[in-house]
Amino acid sequence: MAELLPPVADPLPGSPAATARRWVALRRVAGAVRGSKAATVGAAILAVHLVLAVLGPALAPYPYTAFHMTHLLEAPSRQFLAGTDQFGRDQLSRVMWGARGTLTLAAVSTVLGEALGVTVGLVGGYYRGVVDEVLMRTMDALMAFPSILLAMLILTSLGHSPAYVVVGISVVFMPRAARVLRGVVLSLAASEFVDAARVRGERGWYILFRELLPNAWTPVIVDSTIRFSYAILLATSLGFLGLGAAPPSPDWGLMINEALPFLNQAPWLALLPALAISSAVVGANLLGDGIQASLRPE
Amino acid sequence: MVLAVVSVLVFAIVQILPGDVATEILGTSATPEDLAALRVKLGLTRPAPVRYAEWIGGVVRGDWGLSLLYQMPVRPLVLEGLGRSAMLAGLALVIAVPLSIGLGVVASLRRDRFLDHAISTLTLIALSLPEFVWGTLLILLLAYRFRIFPPSSLVDPTASLGSLASSLVLPVLTLILALLAQMTRMTRASMIDALRQPFTEAARLRGLRPRVVVAHALRNALLPTVGIVALNVGFLLGGIVIVETVFAYPGLGRLLVDSVNHRDVPMLQMATLVVASAYGLANLGADVVYAYLDPRIRY
Repeated sequence: MAELLPPVADPLPGSPAATARRWVALRRVAGAVRGSKAATVGAAILAVHLVLAVLGPALAPYPYTAFHMTHLLEAPSRQFLAGTDQFGRDQLSRVMWGARGTLTLAAVSTVLGEALGVTVGLVGGYYRGVVDEVLMRTMDALMAFPSILLAMLILTSLGHSPAYVVVGISVVFMPRAARVLRGVVLSLAASEFVDAARVRGERGWYILFRELLPNAWTPVIVDSTIRFSYAILLATSLGFLGLGAAPPSPDWGLMINEALPFLNQAPWLALLPALAISSAVVGANLLGDGIQASLRPE
Repeated sequence: MVLAVVSVLVFAIVQILPGDVATEILGTSATPEDLAALRVKLGLTRPAPVRYAEWIGGVVRGDWGLSLLYQMPVRPLVLEGLGRSAMLAGLALVIAVPLSIGLGVVASLRRDRFLDHAISTLTLIALSLPEFVWGTLLILLLAYRFRIFPPSSLVDPTASLGSLASSLVLPVLTLILALLAQMTRMTRASMIDALRQPFTEAARLRGLRPRVVVAHALRNALLPTVGIVALNVGFLLGGIVIVETVFAYPGLGRLLVDSVNHRDVPMLQMATLVVASAYGLANLGADVVYAYLDPRIRY
């Protein structure tokens, strides 16, 4: 049978082009960032956080576990710019150390959640029928839980640890990303390049990941930037509930929880982590909104 | 239908626990014989589908099981918590929905003017702070700095109505702030869209008073907002978990966090099922309101 198929000039027409299309999508998004004031500001705020995440431990004046027993619950001073907690730990250093953990959690959860959702969306949208029906009803059921509750359920069964926070958040994101991608795939599935690949006798996974996915990069990237701000909210909320990192970890959410009993005497304990969390979320929101607004055809 | 799937999921997620309930109850020093005996007593040795059938049968009959943590039936605890949480959520919703629709309409009518920008900035900030940060900041400001409201809301049954109400202010305010942003933004966007539509133009050209024109547009603009409200109920139910932790409010959210921390499986299952059902009902309610607002939609 194989001899009957016409010889294919380009052995893998999808692959070089596929890589190119990924860069096209990235370039379009980068262009959108430059074109929007809000997105530029957001990117700048996130860049500061990124620097903190990479260099924070090197720049911080003290290790995050360093006890200063003669300086318990001290107000901000020249020695401790953001004050100290009940163990005499420097609050500024702890927030700077914490950036890496918090941002990594949010970023990894976003990527994993998108990857799961993209796979489900691709398979459902391309194969349709029973496969699609089963996948999408499962996704609907997952969405019947308020996000934080679903994450809590998953963390209860797996245990409390930052790694499982990632699992929890990705499962929360999966159905939402799957819906977005399924929509895109449904609109692409009738395209000629998909028919061409099918006639060429390409396998299913090849069509999914090398033909369809490259054409869906732009919505995936846009969706991820919006999802990222939500991941920061969820990750810090779970940390606050004590379901993520354990003390003495300088997780921003956990730091606010630990500050609650001392709020009256030492308000500075809550303020700096609160500022860190909210500026990261504002940055991600501005970036996501800006990109979305300038890519939307109007 | 959705509820059935949800109940299976709740059961499945909780029961795949790698941890062992028997070890949790007896502690790590228990002998293997004791553990085995307790597992048989708790019925953990039987296959999962059988246990699911028993559990869901009990739920339907009103037997919600025994809480491992409190050593008493789950049902009164969950129902009491539900009542308290519903009061909190209900108050927040009743205030936040009209307020955000109002803000959204005002912003759309003053599009790109100062008021619009002020509202947009405020909602963006509101959206960007998680509930626990809002709660903490409100405690700092209104409870400790200005001492207007009490910082925690451990409801004392003998407390006067006034002190009860004032202890509710901060948690409700926190929830409102969390809810306001999305609904306001959605109302603004769909109002701007509706004001551009031909039917609004026609109403204006017919010489109708501006107020009537706005009412015309609003009815159509509310459709997407209703969807967002339903979505926000889910948001609210999650928010309650956080807010009740911040303010030590003894509702369903506290029960959830406690049962998660102590692996109180029967309690956790029921509390989750109740919250998920409330969310499902909210979505159903949204569909009904959709049909009311838009006669073209029929189910």
